[in-house]
Amino acid sequence: MRQARPAARRPLLSRRMKNYLIGYSFILPNFIGFAVLTLIPSLVAIIMSFCDWTGAGFQGFVGLRNYIEMFGNSTFQISIRNSLLYALLTIPSILVLSLAVAVVMNRPLKGIGIFRAIYFWPYVTAVVALAAVWNMLFNPDMGVVNQFLGSLGLPTEYLPRWTASTTWSLPTVILAQIWKGTGYYMVIFLAGLQTIPRELYEAAEVDGASRWKSFVNITIPMLTPTIFFVLIMLTINAFQVYEIVQVMTAGGPGRSSFVISMHIYRSAFVDNRFGYASAVAMVLFVIVAALTVIQFKGEKKWVTY
Amino acid sequence: MGHLLTTRGKGRKAAGTALTYLLLILFSLVMLLPFAWMLVSSVKNANDVFAYPMKWWPEVFVWENYRVVFQKIPFALFLGNSFKVAVFATLFQLLTSSLAAYGFSKIWFPGRNALFFAYVATIAIPWHAYMVPQYFIMRSLNLTNRHLGLIFLFSFTAFGVFLVRQFYTSIPDELCEAARIDGLSEYGIYARIMLPLSKPVLATLAVFSFVGAWNDYLGSMIYISADDKKLIQTGLRLFITTYSADYAMIMTGCVISLVPIFIIFIFSQRFLIEGIATTGIKG
Repeated sequence: MRQARPAARRPLLSRRMKNYLIGYSFILPNFIGFAVLTLIPSLVAIIMSFCDWTGAGFQGFVGLRNYIEMFGNSTFQISIRNSLLYALLTIPSILVLSLAVAVVMNRPLKGIGIFRAIYFWPYVTAVVALAAVWNMLFNPDMGVVNQFLGSLGLPTEYLPRWTASTTWSLPTVILAQIWKGTGYYMVIFLAGLQTIPRELYEAAEVDGASRWKSFVNITIPMLTPTIFFVLIMLTINAFQVYEIVQVMTAGGPGRSSFVISMHIYRSAFVDNRFGYASAVAMVLFVIVAALTVIQFKGEKKWVTY
Repeated sequence: MGHLLTTRGKGRKAAGTALTYLLLILFSLVMLLPFAWMLVSSVKNANDVFAYPMKWWPEVFVWENYRVVFQKIPFALFLGNSFKVAVFATLFQLLTSSLAAYGFSKIWFPGRNALFFAYVATIAIPWHAYMVPQYFIMRSLNLTNRHLGLIFLFSFTAFGVFLVRQFYTSIPDELCEAARIDGLSEYGIYARIMLPLSKPVLATLAVFSFVGAWNDYLGSMIYISADDKKLIQTGLRLFITTYSADYAMIMTGCVISLVPIFIIFIFSQRFLIEGIATTGIKG
């Protein structure tokens, strides 16, 4: 085809080259922004983590010093422990709860769209307003929650002090996150459930299988790709959590709800220790990446497509 | 005998349906209770919010709260700032994402897959991991403490490109091929064929983008220091910390901050939820 073209007038650029350039021109507007704001910073962060970089600017390479310092830093230790606890509690809770709600909803009922919208709504609302109302509801002395628990006969001294107590502050944030996030994952599960052929359940019913049996033997295996996807999303999000903790407890009281992303933010933008903050950020990235890789490795064992 | 079985079966089915509704309604109450509390408290007297024993219904409706809140802090300014940033970020995001998505799905060029991989890989990188160098770059471009910086920050998400590209790959290549034979340029195909076809996915992305920019807290916390440039979330936060005892007024502010999102949600929830359901899993 190309040879058939008259060679008399050779264009400046070959047609193939021109097509490439057209291709690049489509990507370019987005890519500039993406490269400048995400790609380059991600690469620079790696270098920065090996530098002494403060408010006064670049002070030189320090090798692994930031990393070594980090592991002896008590705030780092506490924030890692809190982030792990947060992940360990939110991931299974949201997974089980959103799946359960989706299973209950997955039948032809009138008005299901309204319920779906109601459960999804907290997910799209901003944490600043939510934290304000949560902190009022969970006010240890005058809040609705403790007044309700008190009316059930629980003695006042045993009522949780919620965000005002070092024991309960992180669990309170976790509770709020479960409440806020469940609807989103429920929607994803609901879509997954609807891809399971009805005939499978009908056949199981003919065989006399109970609803629990069909849930365990049909729903769960058919849903493993969705469960896998939700698990990855929950893991990535759990270790990145910042805003909801910041607006509900600001990491306190003391450092009782201080999470890893707060340690990065404070080290960078309050203490101006940019190199150190980047090193902590690298650890956060490695944790998230490692957990994602482990889940992908394990995928073949339990996910059926 | 058979008749007996079916009526019993029907009875069980009806009981099952009733139980399902009961569960769904209970769960709805849990989801809506904080919003109900917010709404009711927003028209209470400051002292009545924390009355003991608690009162659900206000004794007097203080509609004044909704006027006063605009006088205490420049609430209208914050709303306007947020609106401006969210609208421009959404437009920018739609334009650049759909262009890039077309490049990634319908035109081949060297390095295409590697570039796309770079986009996808960054979805898993936490923002905190590259926040610091990003701040330095923004500062050196003179984009800190300016709304333009935030607009850029919200515009170039890998998620947006990914979402639209997923949709474009589902459109058959033959359609573009036919248009090329008819003499349409790539830009013509993008503008006259792909864009009109991709209204649903663009609408989904628009809602995500607007809601994301409106709800952003951390971005404007890092990049905006001047009070008069604050967006609604940081402005509301300032209000909450300044008037920490003015409980009713805080709830009033919260309600106002949720109104635009609520309106968008009412109109878009159906396709938004369906969009998540399909793209979420395929992703």
